[in-house]
Formats: sequence, structure tokens, C-alpha cells
Amino acid sequence: MTATGIGASPRRKEDFRFITGKGNYTDDINRAGQTFACFVRSPHAHATIGRIDAAAALAMPGVVAVLTGQDMADDGIGGLICGWMVHSKDGSPMKAGPHPALAQGKVRYCGDCVAVVIAESYAQAKDAAEAVAVDYHPLAAVVDAKAALGPDAPLVHDEIAHNMVFDWELGNYKETVDAFTAAAKVVSLDIVNNRLIPNAMEPRAAIGDYDSGTGIHTLYTTSQNPHVARLVLSAFIGIAPEHKLRVIAPDVGGGFGSKIFIYAEETVCVWAARRVGRPVKWTGERSESFLSDAHGRDHHTHAALALDAGGRITGLRVKTIANLGAYLSTFASSVPTYLYATLLSGQYDIPAIYAEVQGVYTHTAPVDAYRGAGRPEATFVVERIVEEAARQLGEDPAEFRRRNFIRSFPHQTPVIMAYDIGDYEASLDKAMQLIDYDGFPGRRRASEAAGKRRGIGLSTYIEACGIAPSAAVGSLGAGVGLWESAEVRVNPTGSVEVLTGSHSHGQGHETTFAQLVSERLGVPLENVEIVHGDTDKVQFGMGTYGSRSGAVGMSAIAKALDKVEAKAKKIAAHLMEAAPGDIEFKDGRFTVAGTDKSLTFPEVSLAAYVGHKFPTSEIEPGLKESAFYDPLNFTFPAGCHICEVEIDPDTGVVRIERFVAVDDFGVIINPMIVEGQVHGGIAQGIGQALLEHGIYSEDGQLLTGSFMDYTMPRAGDLPSFQLGLTTTRCPSNPLGMKGCGEAGAIAAPPAVINAITDALQIRDFAMPATPERVWRAANAVALAAE
Amino acid sequence: MYQFAYHRPGSLAEAEKLFSAAEDPKFMSGGQTLIPTLKQRLASPSDIIDLGGLKDLAGISVADGVVTIGAATRHADVASSAEVRKAIPALADLAGWIGDPLVRHRGTIGGSIANADPSADYPAAVVALNATVHTTRRTIAADDFFTGMFETALHTGEIVTKIAFPVAAQAAYEKFRNPASRYAMVGVFVARTAGGVRVAVTGAAPSVFRQEAMEAALGKSFTPDAVAGIKVSPDGLNADLHASAEYRAHLVTVMAKRAVARANG
Ligand SMILES: Cc1cc2nc3c(=O)[nH]c(=O)nc-3n(C[C@H](O)[C@H](O)[C@H](O)COP(=O)(O)OP(=O)(O)OC[C@H]3O[C@@H](n4cnc5c(N)ncnc54)[C@H](O)[C@@H]3O)c2cc1C
Repeated sequence: MTATGIGASPRRKEDFRFITGKGNYTDDINRAGQTFACFVRSPHAHATIGRIDAAAALAMPGVVAVLTGQDMADDGIGGLICGWMVHSKDGSPMKAGPHPALAQGKVRYCGDCVAVVIAESYAQAKDAAEAVAVDYHPLAAVVDAKAALGPDAPLVHDEIAHNMVFDWELGNYKETVDAFTAAAKVVSLDIVNNRLIPNAMEPRAAIGDYDSGTGIHTLYTTSQNPHVARLVLSAFIGIAPEHKLRVIAPDVGGGFGSKIFIYAEETVCVWAARRVGRPVKWTGERSESFLSDAHGRDHHTHAALALDAGGRITGLRVKTIANLGAYLSTFASSVPTYLYATLLSGQYDIPAIYAEVQGVYTHTAPVDAYRGAGRPEATFVVERIVEEAARQLGEDPAEFRRRNFIRSFPHQTPVIMAYDIGDYEASLDKAMQLIDYDGFPGRRRASEAAGKRRGIGLSTYIEACGIAPSAAVGSLGAGVGLWESAEVRVNPTGSVEVLTGSHSHGQGHETTFAQLVSERLGVPLENVEIVHGDTDKVQFGMGTYGSRSGAVGMSAIAKALDKVEAKAKKIAAHLMEAAPGDIEFKDGRFTVAGTDKSLTFPEVSLAAYVGHKFPTSEIEPGLKESAFYDPLNFTFPAGCHICEVEIDPDTGVVRIERFVAVDDFGVIINPMIVEGQVHGGIAQGIGQALLEHGIYSEDGQLLTGSFMDYTMPRAGDLPSFQLGLTTTRCPSNPLGMKGCGEAGAIAAPPAVINAITDALQIRDFAMPATPERVWRAANAVALAAE
Repeated sequence: MYQFAYHRPGSLAEAEKLFSAAEDPKFMSGGQTLIPTLKQRLASPSDIIDLGGLKDLAGISVADGVVTIGAATRHADVASSAEVRKAIPALADLAGWIGDPLVRHRGTIGGSIANADPSADYPAAVVALNATVHTTRRTIAADDFFTGMFETALHTGEIVTKIAFPVAAQAAYEKFRNPASRYAMVGVFVARTAGGVRVAVTGAAPSVFRQEAMEAALGKSFTPDAVAGIKVSPDGLNADLHASAEYRAHLVTVMAKRAVARANG
């Protein structure tokens, strides 16, 4: 291992720029003649819209235009789309209501965009937005997904009965029913997965710019996948032909999924720029992030586990109602279906699984992928019910899990996934050792002596990353393929530019991708530049989400590097007058095997561009290679997180005393960055378990619309994490990587809730475990025990 | 924010004059309540009169058993004052538990009590320590100062200049934070003062209030056990997303118990 190669932890190259304020975020960009947009948002969760009177607003200082849904329709601009088709049990396609970027006739959630005011300054636009008179006729609203299915529930889209987008199933129904009939014991649980609001540090922002000379539209935007944004804006929404639309996602300050999607505001900015003939800039305020960024989770689930007399799991049955909000966001339909139910086997050998999921419209912000996307929801179900089963059997939850682990690979689950490799016992053992599992009873006694309650909770999770083999996702309804692209450009002086279709918004690609290049070509880290986020510079790529940038994005780079090396070897062979098969390449040096003849990588690069010393009729000059890599399979990071809590029964305050995470991410490029990803993920997972909750009032007002009411995890809420690794090399990609971006957010919530329910000896317990709810649970138990 | 005219007077007299000349003016001290309110467009004053230029309004002095804190003294300065820490450690603790470092380095004691947020911390100290509020026009006893939710005895245009806290024989503050905002969901300040034991509760009700039953019990025995059995009625207490009235009522007892334990060291 070199100091900067694979497995080393050089500092992040990008951090100097970020921490010295030299980042270049969308809001840092200003275009000549720029105007500012402010959106008129619905204050009602559900209303019909009569007249929109903009006369007063148009008369205000600095106002350039007030545009509505009608104007968009007049320009032939289509609505926003959902890019994943899901079919119901009966074979019918999901029912998606129209999603105009600016409302047409109706608003369907608080914050829905009704009009846009464009002015010389943002303050002027904001003043004028208040003066736009919208004639609303409020209607009854429904915010809870279960209620929305009821016979008398108000309809979000008039044409969609019962607000049901789909009634989907996966798995083997008959085998599952048989497993339950034959079961020695059945354990069931009601499970709520709370709604979360993403809150990336940088709010969404966009600048639309139109060049009437070339007809080219440029959209600067906070996107995790600029090419996909361009494709959707072009082919589906109809902003401009793809070659007349450039999307630039510069530095992006966090996404967690919420910046995958193609939203109304960004769409409006790029369209309005052409309409008003000047650049149009919008930077969301934090309140707008709360209202209009796609939210996450929000599931109600009933789960049942069938066990045989030996305590082996023989079947799992799951019925989930998923709140999808008022419109289907870009990938909304895939999250509670193919990204969820396909993981319901967990780490366990379960012969029969049957899952049903109803996707439901409500008068709330759209719900889509949020760190983990479906996998946290699945893991929460599996790890909660497995823990409950162990408790009901009076057995150590670790031993119960151990008995049911999958032990031979590859393993085909009943829910599509074929796990390629893993060693679940290894991570369980290591985590138990790190947390001193055997010492827990003593620690519990000590807490009890001090009037506290102590509990321990496990989560042996699995997830699917490296999304995903294109043909596989295509057969499941995806509108796109999920390969990735890379181009490696070696410059004549031997420095290297890598153009990647992945996008970094906090993950550290500028460092880890450069480490791969450094390792493979023997060039120093600082001689590698990672270029991403601009459709004019970079070939089409699929972007970053689902922990795919290592396993898929870097695999594409590795493939391109193979080609670079092969070509460079051929050139080196000519230069050193040797047979190509005799050329060895190591640590940046080409050597003729068994001789002391050698050339450095920059020498060969220069020769490649000069083209003097090899036959250019056989070998083209230059050294630039590209690759598209389509993965063979998903990857399956897995591990064991264990949480130990102490609860103050007087106040209900939960303190996390210990948190151990042992993960198997396959080969790791930069351990420091991986630790950072795990820390952040666990913080979000603990946030979900203890603190975060997106709450609407019954009439659809967002009650947790600011940091005064929406509790983000802070350093003081978190313990010092103890991390460990176990490694099985991933056989499904050339680098052996699995992915680490979401593990913490996936694994932590059940570990925390299992610890709390263990401490309090209770069964069903919904997240978040706020002090009052814990206090009530703790004292109800105390009363019952007396 | 809406448009407003900004003034930075150099004297209290000038501040008062500017105030009376303006149509719908507001004083500003640290701006930690006012500016967020303006940014959310929940208020639209015609004029902002920034008291930040009044040097004499800030400062801490301890004499004759009284800690006097100027209205424009920042929370961080109270928290880190060796004199305050020595005379009334509970007051320094309280100031150090307000908000976050940014808020503590801008927000001021005068702004906090003039604002009278139901979940602000300082009102509990003012009432429990039986402080006297000095203004440009008069002095106001603690028990008369806080009159309701965001309401005080201050008249329009009246400026808080300083707050005088008599040193208590024993005092302590316990705060149960709102998990999101970190304001007090329930805060209880107990003090053994010259006039007897005083227990002030903030965060639990629309305005800070004294808990007489606890005061009486602690007057007899200044121990946690004296208050442990006192149940507070949830009637009239605040209820919101974070805590029901019942839970707040319960926390008043728990925090009072802990405050007494802390006071007893
Ligand atoms: C993120 C955050 C967290 C916070 N957490 C807490 C907390 O945990 N506990 C807590 O107690 N507070 C908290 N606060 C509030 C903070 O303490 C404020 O500083 C305080 O409430 C107001 O003081 P200020 O000096 O900032 O006043 P300003 O915001 O400037 O003014 C507030 C009000 O008081 C009036 N005013 C100001 N000075 C005077 C004066 N001398 N005479 C008459 N009227 C005056 C103003 O006109 C205005 O109406 C928090 C604030 C923020 C932003």
C-alpha cells in the first residue's frame, strides 16, 4: 500500500476549499443580468384555485414577471414525472396523477408552487409574491396514509380511487401461507417508520440561463445526478432538446437523496429564463426546504414471523402502507417496493417471504429516497421482529440470529436478491466483543442500582448497494439503466483528469477516485483531477445515490484505467523495442521484464501525444480511454450494530452509552472517509430513532417546519462511536467494493429501538423515542409491575 | 424582512426620542429574537432602534450583596463572569445554558426579559431571586414584571437598563431542554433568599410562575425529598408537539427536586 493508494487515508483533497470558504455552490454563482425568483406557495394542503390576480404584484418595484401554471402549459411544458413503473397485484400499472411544476387548478399540499414572481432582487420578488392574490377554495385534506385509504377520505387526485397509487406484492404467497399454517410459533409486530425531512446543509438552488444566440439553456442546480436531470427536463418535461440543455451541478452541500429528484423550482427557473430573456436565480430558504424537499420514510407496517419448533424462521409476512405524499416524486414508487421488500430476508435464511405494499397519496410533501431509501425501512422491520421473536422465545437475541444466519453463498432469497458473499457471524462476534456484550448484565445492575433502566439492542443488517445491473432494474420497472461511465484523460505531462458520471456532494470522490488512479498509474494524488457535475464536460452518467459511486462509479474508472494501461504498455513496448507481452507496469514505471530498461509513466504519456516513436497507423496517438460499467449484481454490505442505552425513568431521557458498528464494506479505498460516512449515517439513524419527526396537523399544515420544532441530531445527542470492520471481498465488481454511505442510517434505528424496548421490557414502540413517550412507556411498565 | 429604518442612538435620551418620533418602532438589543422574527416576516416595524451603541447599558457589578447586570450584557459575559460565578453561581449556569455559543455571544439579558418568552431561562432567575428591574422610568419588582405570554409591565417606549439580583443564600437552576430548540421545556429555579424560599418555573406555562406549595415545603426543609411528593396540576400548563401539559407538570417536580439537590451541592 502506498501513502495515497487504495487503503490509505490521505486527507480529503476537497476540504481545504470547503473549509476556507472557497467552495463554489450554486448560490455562489451569479450571471450577468440575473433576476431572482420567489415562489408563491400554497398555504393550504388542499384547495381549488380560482383566479390568480398578479396585477398588484406586477406594479411593484423591480418586478419583471409573474408566471403561473397556465403560462407553462401555454409554452408546452409538461409536468414532472416518476421514472419507475410499478405494477399492482392485478397487473395494472400504478396510478400517477399529473404533477405540474406550477399548480393548475388545484393545490395538493402546503408549499405546492402556485406561481413564480421574478424581480430584479430577491427582496423585491419576495415582497411581490405576497401581493399575488390567489383565490383558493380550501377542501378537506388527509395526511395519514391509513386514513387516506378510507372510504370517505378526500381524494388527492380526483381520478385515483382510495388515493391508492399501487397495491403491490412480492414473494411467494402460497409458501408463506403454508409456513404460517405449519408454524410452531408466530410472532407479530406493528411497526411505524417515522417521516423524516432531509435537511441537507445547503438548501436547493437553481439558476436558469438562456442564450438566445445559440438556443442553449443552462441550468446550474443542486443535483446529485445532472445528466438524469437533463434527460428528464428534456425528454419528459420538454424544456429543450438534450443537446440544447446543459446542466451543471457545481459543489453541492449534501443531498442524502433529496437532490436526486427533478423538482418544480429548478424546472421553472430554466423555463422562465427563456421566457423573460434573462437568467433566473432561486435559492431555497430553510423553510422552503422543510416544506418542499422530498421527505423520507413514513411507513405503517404489520409484520409476522413464522417459527418452527427449533426456533428457525420459516416465513415472514409483511403488509406495509407507504405514504407517498401528494405527487409521485422522481423515484418515489421504487423506494417502498423494489428498494424495500427485496431486503426483507435480512441476513437470515428465510424460505418463504410475502410482502404487500400499498402506496398512498396524501396531502403532504412528496416522499422519496432518503439516505438508505427503502432499506432502512426493511431493516427496521426485520431487525425489530427478529429481536421480538428472540424475546418471546426467551432466548439471547444474538443466539437467535446466529441460528438463522445465511451461511453459504451465493444465496438466493425469495425476494429477488441473490446475495453474493458475506460473513454475518464474523461481524456479530466482533461487535459483541467490542461492546463487551458479556459485561452487559453487570452494567444493567449498576444502572438499576442508580434508579435507571439499561437496555441493549442488536441490528444485524444487510443492504443492497451498487445500484444496479441495468437489465435487472429494467425488468423491475426502472426507466433508466444504472451503469456508470468514466473517462480517463492522461495529459502529455502525465497528469490525469478523470471525468466521472458520479457526483460528489460530500462523499469525498475527489480524494477516493484520485486514490484509485494514483494506485493504478503511480502518479501522485495531486496530479489527478476529478471532474464531475457538468453535462458539457462529462459524458452521460447516472449520478450518485444508493452507495453506488464506489462499486459502480469507480469500477467504470478502473475499466478505463485498464485500457489506459494496455495502450501505454503497447507504446512503451515500441519505445523500448520490446515485445508488448514483456512490458511490466508497476509503481508508475514500465519495465522490460528481466532487464533494467524502464520508462516512467509521464515519459510514456508524452511519447503517446508526440507520436514520433510508434506506428500511429497501428496505435492511435493520445492516451485517453473511456468506459461504461454495468454491474453484475447489487453489492451487499452487511454488519452488526449494537446500541446500549440508559434511560432515566423520571424524565424519559434516553442516553446512548455505547454504540458499536462493525461493518463489512468489502475493499475499502480510504478508511478515514469510510469512518466519516459511517459516523454521519449513524448520527442520522440515531436522529430517526430518538429525535426526528416530520409532523403535519390534521388539516395538512407542517408543524415541524423549522429547527425550532424539527429536532436534528447534535453532537451532544451522540456517543463516541466504536467502529470495527470485517471484510469479505465483493466478487461482483473488479475492485471488490460494496459501499458504505448508508449503512449507519440503515442499521442504527433498530439497534436503538431494540435497546430501548429491552430496557423498558415493552413490545411495539414507534420512533422517535422522545422523552415524553419514553417516560410514559417507562412508567406504564412500572405501574403494571407493581 | 420588510423594509425598516435603522437607528443607532448614542444615549438613552436619544433612543427614547427616536422611539417617540417613529410610527411603529422597535428597540433591538442582541437581535436574537427580533431578527429571526423579522426574517420570517412576522413583524414589520417601521424603525429599528439598536441599543447596541449604548456603552453604559452593558456591564456587571457586585456590591452590598447585590449583583447588578446591565440590560445589554450578553449571555456569554454573564456565564463567564467570575464575580457572578462567585456570588450567584446558579445565574452563571443559567446564562451558560441558553441557546448555543452564537446566541450567547449576541443575546442580552435585557432583551430576554423584555421579550418574556414563555420558555426563556432568565425570567426564572429574575423571579426566584426576587430581582429588581430598573428601567428608564422606574424600578419594577420581579413579581410584577412578567404579566403574561410575551407580556411585561413595561410601557411603550420604556427601556430596561439593568437588573439587580440580591445574592441568595442558596440557589440553583435545572433546565429540561426542548430537544429541538433547546429553550426550556421546563426550567425550575430555586433560591433561599432573605424573604424565604422562592421557586420559579419557566417553560411550563404561558408565563413564568412561582410554585407556592414547593416554596412552603422547602421553607420547612430545604431538601429534594420535601418537593418530591408535590404533584403539580397540569391545568393551564403549555402543551405542544414536544410535551403535553401532564408531562410538563411532572417535569416541574423532577426539575425542582434536582435543583434543590444541586443547590445543596
Ligand atoms: C437559536 C436560538 C436559541 C435560543 N435559545 C434560548 C434559550 O435556550 N433560552 C433562552 O432564554 N433564550 C434563548 N434564545 C433567545 C435569546 O436568549 C435572546 O437573546 C433573547 O431572548 C432576546 O435577547 P436579545 O438581546 O437578543 O433581544 P432582541 O432580540 O434584540 O429583542 C427582543 C425583544 O426585546 C426588546 N428589547 C430588547 N432590549 C430591550 C431593552 N433594554 N428594554 C426594552 N425592550 C428591549 C426588543 O424590542 C424586542 O422586542 C435563543 C435564541 C435563538 C436564536
